[in-house]
Amino acid sequence: MAVKSIISRPVYGTLSPQPGSDHLLIADAEGAAAILDLAKSTPDGFFAGAEIVFIPRGTGDKYTAALKALKPARWYEGPSIAAALPRLKQRLATAHMGLRLYLAGTEGLIGQAMQAALEVGIDHSSIQTEQRGSLARRMQCVHCKGITEDVTTQPARCSHCGLMLLVRDHYSRRIAAFQGVCINAEDPSQVPPMEEMFK
Amino acid sequence: MGINFRDETFRDDFTFSNSPEHIRRFPFPFHEDSYMYAVNIEPHVPGPKGSVLENLIDVDEHYVSEMRDRALVLAEDPLRCQSLPHMTLAGWDLLELLMTEQAKGYPEHFSLTRDGDNWHWINRPLGLDQKFVFGDLTTLPYGPMEYITRQSQGDFCILDQRDGNLWMDAGIVTTQADWSLDFDIGMNFFEWHAPVPLAHEKGIFTRALKFLSNIQQGKPARRLNWTMTINPRLDTSPENYHKWGPDRTTVTPENVGQKVHLRVELQSFWRLPRSNAMVFPIRCYLIKMDELVTSKKWARRLHRVIRDLPEELATYKGLTLYRPTLVEWLARYDDGAETSPGFGPD
Amino acid sequence: MSAGTTKLDVTVADVVPVNELVTRFHFRQADGGKLPTFSGGAHVVVEMRDGDRTRLNPYSLMSSPLDTAEYTISVRRDDLGRGGSLFMHRQVRPGDRMVVSYPVNLFSLDLRARKHLMIAGGIGITPFVAQTAQLAATSGNFELHYAARNAALATYGDVLTERYGRRIHLYHDDRGEKIELARLLNAQPLGTHLYICGPAPMIDWVRKTAGEAGWPPETVHFEHFSAPQPGAPFDVELAVSGKTIHVGEQQSLLEAIEAAGVDPPYLCRGGVCGQCETNVISSDGKFLHNDHWLTEEEHRSGKKIMPCVSRFEGRSLVLER
Repeated sequence: MAVKSIISRPVYGTLSPQPGSDHLLIADAEGAAAILDLAKSTPDGFFAGAEIVFIPRGTGDKYTAALKALKPARWYEGPSIAAALPRLKQRLATAHMGLRLYLAGTEGLIGQAMQAALEVGIDHSSIQTEQRGSLARRMQCVHCKGITEDVTTQPARCSHCGLMLLVRDHYSRRIAAFQGVCINAEDPSQVPPMEEMFK
Repeated sequence: MGINFRDETFRDDFTFSNSPEHIRRFPFPFHEDSYMYAVNIEPHVPGPKGSVLENLIDVDEHYVSEMRDRALVLAEDPLRCQSLPHMTLAGWDLLELLMTEQAKGYPEHFSLTRDGDNWHWINRPLGLDQKFVFGDLTTLPYGPMEYITRQSQGDFCILDQRDGNLWMDAGIVTTQADWSLDFDIGMNFFEWHAPVPLAHEKGIFTRALKFLSNIQQGKPARRLNWTMTINPRLDTSPENYHKWGPDRTTVTPENVGQKVHLRVELQSFWRLPRSNAMVFPIRCYLIKMDELVTSKKWARRLHRVIRDLPEELATYKGLTLYRPTLVEWLARYDDGAETSPGFGPD
Repeated sequence: MSAGTTKLDVTVADVVPVNELVTRFHFRQADGGKLPTFSGGAHVVVEMRDGDRTRLNPYSLMSSPLDTAEYTISVRRDDLGRGGSLFMHRQVRPGDRMVVSYPVNLFSLDLRARKHLMIAGGIGITPFVAQTAQLAATSGNFELHYAARNAALATYGDVLTERYGRRIHLYHDDRGEKIELARLLNAQPLGTHLYICGPAPMIDWVRKTAGEAGWPPETVHFEHFSAPQPGAPFDVELAVSGKTIHVGEQQSLLEAIEAAGVDPPYLCRGGVCGQCETNVISSDGKFLHNDHWLTEEEHRSGKKIMPCVSRFEGRSLVLER
């Protein structure tokens, strides 16, 4: 469960069914379990008007059968978030008002899918989100602007410019990443030990 | 008459300093001997002649040098000036506001003539003479916000008002105290203030948002904020933190007077007419300790404020490393006498 | 007087009856020069000095924000109201001097929208006249659906159709024409924002239909035109200023407070913006809440009232003013 710290750190909820008849559910890894939990309270016909996009990551086929059994109108299983994005953007570009989004799983998935949604004018507060599974972070280095994926340590090294960064809780929806700031600017010879923090 | 513009630097050799008149007009932010956050907002109306409040948009002797430093920052990092697509109209609103206020307050330096949408702007200190069509992007060398803020002192945040909140959807930030426009653009009022300690629990931001959201055309408001900087560096951005952060370790008892600067931000809040957006100009004023202690009252008061500042505030404002050295230095100027109430130097 | 806005001295430049219910008023700066520009959807509060009675009513600016030589408003005559619109229709003449507030916008466009879908009923057309002018000037994407009783009362329907052609859709009740709302809403691309202005039942119907169709509330914007209604007179004690006032039948509680020289803040005069929210110190009677600002719980608590539109019946009422 993601812990609430500062106000810009996103707070995720629990997926709940929204009105309308066009539902797009996107999940990675353990996020599938959130969709299965949601299904316990959806009205009849909910999934007949729904599309499920699933990226199993390390969970193999643990959740696939159960998700397919919901009989969504459309089903896609992909190897990674990056691979799924072009399809998602196309879907959003041609969608109509009334489409509702449900995002579940890692913050990286939630953040990147939300970014694609914001770009077509969907307001973030209408998007349902639920965090499940790994708490590894996407981090933007404030110095070189490069994004480092799957950060689990505090501090963490920028994979682009090499600076050692404090991984802050300050989060940008627009960039879909946490902010990393040089942790040893005042004395670059001091390199604090990296501890596993975001699992 | 006009202003005697200085030729000085805010980086490298740091030749910045204040003339005696500018020391006296410095917006000292402490009206009592201790400091805690408050929603210290008041109407932004013209103040005493010669003060930083005489004109609602203040141009001072550092204008030309500050604009030169801004141009250098933008050349190194264009992401310091951004405007989300829906904010262009607000950018035109800001252009009108700054041109009219600067021309009104300093007619010897700026002129604006308007014939319908055909405008003619002259900026003598920067040597600019620009004819353009108001509302037509192709007639200016930059977008309207960037065009005019390259000619106005201070940072500017333009906020879209919607869903009961204010959203930082455009801005130019080259003189700020340690936050990143590129990271924060798109955030709402509570989100971009998230890193500020203590204030959230006190409900300060909720009250401030309510007040600011109801500011109407023709009735701007203002408040003061403060921090400290080592060397008169305007660009103390997180982007360059690894370059200026080390400055904080270079303070010695001998160089406090020259290196340590009080940095005051005069923030104002204006409603923009065509876009219904809000603009927050953040005007930065710097004074080194040697200059500040020429006022006995300010010396005493600053000593007490910094000495007694709560730990979280000192950390957030970046004072931790040199606070002891600074307090010891200021103590020499504090004879324990009473300070008069109010901000003035006496 | 309001704590929040500045005032403008204006001259009435023209008074134009538009149809049997609606008259249009044109205002110019009293000392010449342009009026302050504004954003489409803004209103001004017009002070109506009627002998020893002063009423203040908000009216949407219809004129284009791009041309502020004049402000234009349209007033629908309400024979059952407290007399503000009747004053405008019957007593205001070209050449009269009046006072209006600076423009205030509580119904602004969301400029992020890829498309603006506007639904108007009756006199609710007025803010859209300004907004379409603003959007048209920058090639904005908009579509307006306008329902009225009949062609004669579809105020400015003809003007708008002439200006904007197929982007304007008119529906006349007397011809049985109705907006196919569900179909219209389902056809809109993502990123559309919806704006509604008209009678309260119409606003409620559109909001409900949009909600059921899956439109998030942040995409649905609406403005009520609610003027304070007349009612039985009542007395009120103002505890802070130490005055007792009498609220007349044709006078709102806020106007009565202002007549006593006390100036609570206000912006909308219509019970939606929350500015005039007033604490109740004590009461013995029944509240007649007509606002859209306080919660159900606050209405029931008897601890708060919106004086711009609400009233009271009973033995005593003490307010924190």
